[in-house]
Amino acid sequence: MFKLSAEGLNYVQSELTRYETKQSAIIRCLYRAQDENGGWVSNDVINALSEAMAIPAPQIEEVATFYTMFNRKPVGKYHIQVCCTLTCGMMGGRELLALMMKEAGVKEMGEVSKDGLFTFSKVECLGSCDTAPMLQINREPYTENLTFEKGLKLVQDLRTKGGKLESQISKEL
Amino acid sequence: MAEVKYLSEHYDKKEYRSLEGYKKHGGYEQLPKALKMEAAKIIDEVKAAGLRGRGGAGFPCGMKWGFLPNNGEPRYLLCNADESEPGTFKDRVMMERAPHQLIEGMLIAAFAVKSHKAYIYIRGEYTGPAMILKQALAEAKAAGYIGKNILGSGFDCDIDLFIGAGAYICGEETGLISSLEGYKGQPKLKPPFPAVQGYLRKPTIVNNVETLASVVNIIRDGAQAYRKYGTEKSPGTKLFSISGNVNKPGTYEVPLGYKLMDLINNECGGMKPGRSLKAVIPGGSSAPVLTAKECENASMDYECIASLGSMLGSGAVIVIDDSNCMVDVLSTISHFYHHESCGQCTPCREGTGWVEKIIHSIVHGHGKAGDVDLLIKVADNMKGRTICALADAAALPVTSFVTKFRGEFEYFVANRKSMVKPNGANLGDAHVH
Repeated sequence: MFKLSAEGLNYVQSELTRYETKQSAIIRCLYRAQDENGGWVSNDVINALSEAMAIPAPQIEEVATFYTMFNRKPVGKYHIQVCCTLTCGMMGGRELLALMMKEAGVKEMGEVSKDGLFTFSKVECLGSCDTAPMLQINREPYTENLTFEKGLKLVQDLRTKGGKLESQISKEL
Repeated sequence: MAEVKYLSEHYDKKEYRSLEGYKKHGGYEQLPKALKMEAAKIIDEVKAAGLRGRGGAGFPCGMKWGFLPNNGEPRYLLCNADESEPGTFKDRVMMERAPHQLIEGMLIAAFAVKSHKAYIYIRGEYTGPAMILKQALAEAKAAGYIGKNILGSGFDCDIDLFIGAGAYICGEETGLISSLEGYKGQPKLKPPFPAVQGYLRKPTIVNNVETLASVVNIIRDGAQAYRKYGTEKSPGTKLFSISGNVNKPGTYEVPLGYKLMDLINNECGGMKPGRSLKAVIPGGSSAPVLTAKECENASMDYECIASLGSMLGSGAVIVIDDSNCMVDVLSTISHFYHHESCGQCTPCREGTGWVEKIIHSIVHGHGKAGDVDLLIKVADNMKGRTICALADAAALPVTSFVTKFRGEFEYFVANRKSMVKPNGANLGDAHVH
């Protein structure tokens, strides 16, 4: 059963009064709860937020299902989101995604690798077309100007280093 | 005339990101000037400058501001930083390199439209720019540019950051408002337009990042000087996002009316060795594609691109060379629109799905005779029948790709392989769902 941490509950309380209506705080609170739940929004997460925010669960669920950055299924420690739209598609994004998935040992998108480290998604235009192909890991700043070699090395490095990310920017937003 | 660094003059200086660096190069000098002006005078100046919305529609900014009713209700100013149109990335560059330019522009705009609360709605994936903006907003607050009684003028204005969570449709202004209100980002019927009933049904102005940043220079130089750049009907400069098969993709600021081929050959260093130009999408994925021949005399202003049957849009130029299969390129665009349709209107929800299915089957060698005509028919039935412009945005590339490169589509259906990439390498969206 998911429960928000004490700091998480405080965060929710402060966000509730940040905007004109408390409804507007749903996205931020979902991000926070998703982080606390290891990167995905379970039904328990929605119920916990519903209680903390005093907003009916279906209203939170509709936000969680509408926006792509909320994962409704478990993801690996590194959720690697490869852009495949238009320019990235032309510049090798789709092939890069397939190669990286193979290297990480996953067959399907959305699947968690056996070591728990990787999940891959094909995402739509991330607004970095001049540095195609490119990707985003979790909610970190972009990894750009990729080649197949760089993509493979990225998977290997994340695996061998225990995959420490340089920053944890999303925690500060 | 070549590249003009009018808005982007100091973008190459790292210090420009900070309040101190921004001020060193003339930043926050226009805000006190504007605060001493009559609000109506600022709107007149923006109208006289002929500034057109840089988000995609090109709607005259001053006119939009003039639509606000005088009913005493609180007004909101929303900066649209959702930048999600495939091919577009210039707002990201502006926010990363000059966050205070945007903030100063927003404060001047808020004063002009008498708004005391403004939001920057930034797409959720832009965590890098959002961190920079968060820092810049804190700096501006600490320095007294944001908050109560700004610079002793008696004008109050707060600016907060709102972070989205991944949805193209939130770049549509009423979708953005729904999202800001805490709901699914589904667009609303217009009228009422946001200027009359927007955020929380209060009068609301939604402007793009580049539009708001441009206001600073208009106040600095005046409308007439601003018009020194660009054309009569498309005044000023514009930041173009250029991507695809050119040697130097990137963001380039040029006067509106600049020749497309000069942009490609001069600023972007031309095509890759041994390759020739096949097509250009001149204004983001929604804009009808132009053939190489149509590009020859194209100039980058709203009127010229419209006269070629396309749109200048957000200024996202996607350059496509002869190594690309147009059926394949369209397949990623059609997947995008199907994925991003909010599902509210049937012609869009179903139409984008059918278009994707048909192209997907062609790309995988299962195309049937009549599929090419069927694509055009489905696209035609999507146009002009929905609450927002997403269905049209999805249909326009289909019609233009199929009409202008029909031979490639017919060949693919008949031969079950690409005319350009007969071996099928790098082809097709192997990972559609």
